[in-house]
Amino acid sequence: MSNSKNTGRIKHLKQQFAFGIFRLFSLMVVAILFFILAFIIVRGAKVISWNFLTGMPEEGMTKGGIFPAIVGTFLLVIGSLLFTFPVGVLSAIYTNEYMKDSWYKRFIKLMTNNLAGIPSIVFGLFGMSLFVNTLGFGDSIIAGSLTLGLLTLPVVIRTTEEALKSIDNSFREGSYALGATKLQTIRKVVLPMAFPNIITGLILSVGRVSGETAPILFTVAAYFLPKLPHSIFDQVMALPYHLYVISTSGTNVEESRPMAYGTALVLIAIVLLVNILANALRRYFSKKVKMN
Amino acid sequence: MRNSIKRFVEKISESILFLSSTVTTLSVLLIVIFLFKEGLGIFNKDPIEEGQMVVINKNNPIRKVVSADIKNIFDQNITNWKQVGGKDDSIILFRMDDIGNYFTEEQLGDTFQFVPQCLAKLVDSIPGIIAYIPSKYFNKDFPARELPMEKITVGSFIKGKEWFPTAQPAAQLGVYPLLIGTLIVSLGAILIALPLGLATAIFMAEIASERLRKILKPLVELLAGIPSVVYGFFGLVVIVPFIQQVFHLPVGETAFAGSVVLGIMALPTIITISEDALRTTPRAMKEASLALGANKWQTIHRVIVPYASSGITAAAILGIGRAIGETMAVLMVTGNAAVIPHTWLEPVRTIPATIAAELGEAPHGGLHFKALFALACILFIITMAINLFVAYISSKNKMSKR
Repeated sequence: MSNSKNTGRIKHLKQQFAFGIFRLFSLMVVAILFFILAFIIVRGAKVISWNFLTGMPEEGMTKGGIFPAIVGTFLLVIGSLLFTFPVGVLSAIYTNEYMKDSWYKRFIKLMTNNLAGIPSIVFGLFGMSLFVNTLGFGDSIIAGSLTLGLLTLPVVIRTTEEALKSIDNSFREGSYALGATKLQTIRKVVLPMAFPNIITGLILSVGRVSGETAPILFTVAAYFLPKLPHSIFDQVMALPYHLYVISTSGTNVEESRPMAYGTALVLIAIVLLVNILANALRRYFSKKVKMN
Repeated sequence: MRNSIKRFVEKISESILFLSSTVTTLSVLLIVIFLFKEGLGIFNKDPIEEGQMVVINKNNPIRKVVSADIKNIFDQNITNWKQVGGKDDSIILFRMDDIGNYFTEEQLGDTFQFVPQCLAKLVDSIPGIIAYIPSKYFNKDFPARELPMEKITVGSFIKGKEWFPTAQPAAQLGVYPLLIGTLIVSLGAILIALPLGLATAIFMAEIASERLRKILKPLVELLAGIPSVVYGFFGLVVIVPFIQQVFHLPVGETAFAGSVVLGIMALPTIITISEDALRTTPRAMKEASLALGANKWQTIHRVIVPYASSGITAAAILGIGRAIGETMAVLMVTGNAAVIPHTWLEPVRTIPATIAAELGEAPHGGLHFKALFALACILFIITMAINLFVAYISSKNKMSKR
């Protein structure tokens, strides 16, 4: 009797020990995240000012601001989404609404997954040889945007597919029963319902695009260009590349440290904003759906 | 009439939708074509820049020389033809810059029009000479022999121990040190990330309350959202100096620093995928285990984890895949020395970092440029293999659990 009580206690102790470790490790993961965020926010906050956000870089990028990089990143985000969003959403509609379960559907899925797994530097090389050289765009916003667009295409496709899948088939059948065609059903029933989740995916890919460095290295990013672009065939500076340059190979790495902290903070702020927005949207719309 | 327009619109939109769905497949295909077209261009070529060549005296009986030996000859580590299998004669180096040592300006002509004749005379008169000259001077009357070299092969590319693509005259294109560098950094990363990530996944799936889980999930997403260049910057200003101090190293930029940064970056992948896998365990199985008197922990490690093991494997492999392909963070913290590392605390250079660091300086279309594309091909093949393997695991999984 006492023996079995003992094994029971050991069993319990073991569980306590294991759970303690899991708790500790999870706490560590969260702590790492907060340490990184806090470190960059605290150091970067000292640098952030109106002049920093709207000024041109000066004195070998050790002073002044990062305005051209902010504009550049903004343009790249817009440019890549203009390409990715329609293509991605349409592609997901086709695979999810039109295709029957066949080898071809599985093949397209596999290819989308593969595209998602290709390292970003490979996209950079590809973008350089296709858009910059073969199509002759040169180092330009359009070349960079298309490269980044391809990179985020799988993200948009996947989130849209998830959104479409989550809609119960009875809605589609109801629409057909009323005599609507497939296209009408998609336009009037499926898409409006899936819209919030699609937008969430779109917002998340904004975060992704604004932070990528490797794909723009050889397709658009300028090392130092203290003026704004005039056309889509101009080069631009971009936030992530700017951070890379001033923290590793700038004219004076030590003196541009504060600038680097500031740039990192702006990047982090974009990511934070994007995530908060996406989560808020998700929560807001899931409540709304429940109420219906 | 209206109906036929309607049908026409349906058809058109369907074909637009169809075209969009082929974009990903087309992209993958185009990526393959563009990468391999350039990348395969280095094979079966001499390892010297186009338009240049290495010539020797006509009477020099030397046979094939490997490119490593050519580099050693021009670095004066090999000074006698005997060392590379020729006759006993000391090696006389000649580069175009040296021409002033042999001829006066007058002899070369005021527009250098006599350079070919001078070169011919020179190569003909010195039996032990090895000359690196533009190939436009070499015609059938030129009294010299082109030095036969080993061509670049897939084998020599993969197994070559030296990466020195700008070496003149013979580029050293050996991927081996880069491959080892990539693997050592990625494996280190997964050793760090797997215990942390798996523990967090188990905590989130089985232990934490629903409320806590709702807080943790977005935090993990946030971790995934931080750009790699910010991780690299953080590594550079925090982790690198830390490692330098703790291990008393001359530089903190090491494979270990790369592993730590990549480990943090791989966490979200591992956590999300293994949590999803853990959650697929059927409720009936868990309840059966609990009903047999097992407590929660026993259920987790005897039932849930074994059930989700293939998903967890997939998570680990995908994590490695991410780590192998990661560029910027690694470029910023690993020190980028293209040598074969012996410990974790040495600088290394990974394949993606090499591409990012060198492509800007490689002349377009040259040997170095193509070699970097060949590196990208290797990267592409590795990540593709990983993706297909994971797809295979998960499809097999679906089959057996049906």
